[in-house]
Amino acid sequence: MALTKADLAEKLYDEIGLNKRESKEFIESFFNELNNTLGNGEEIKLSGFGNFSLRAKSERMGRNPKTGEEKMISARRVVTFKVGQKLKSRVEA
Amino acid sequence: MTKSELIEALAQKQSQLAYKDVELAVKSMLDLMALTLASGERIEIRGFGSFSLHYRPPRTGRNPKTGDAVTLASKYVPHFKPGKELRERVNKTRSKEIL
Repeated sequence: MALTKADLAEKLYDEIGLNKRESKEFIESFFNELNNTLGNGEEIKLSGFGNFSLRAKSERMGRNPKTGEEKMISARRVVTFKVGQKLKSRVEA
Repeated sequence: MTKSELIEALAQKQSQLAYKDVELAVKSMLDLMALTLASGERIEIRGFGSFSLHYRPPRTGRNPKTGDAVTLASKYVPHFKPGKELRERVNKTRSKEIL
């Protein structure tokens, strides 16, 4: 089972003593803030965890793997995540 | 934006939690997220995205200094896939930056 917002809220409730509503609201505002920041074109660096950066992709030719049909993929901006050293070594171990 | 700027921004946007509590909450969340990935489990945050682990098979690498071959064990690396909302927002504001 994957970790969800509900699990994170539970953790704040258990460990920090926020009440259930506060925990839930906090989790929402946390991810809202990340979305807003990236949405405004700003990168995020969370030391010990990783960096979220933005990358501009130019238009390119793609192919539908099912039908083999060729199609132009428009230029776009995407989010990329680069895992931090600390998290990286914790996951590898 | 750094972690401390994030904590600052979250603290300013609400009044029910003291700065110290916000700081503790952010660190506690990131801890649990890191622990989850370290234990091999995925994370799914609706609207933001999901973190999963990608397998890397064992391979023979080289010490770039000496050229000696070294065996590298298989491992897992965290991977982030942005959710629909984040993907669309980031791409929507793209045009504004270019103009």
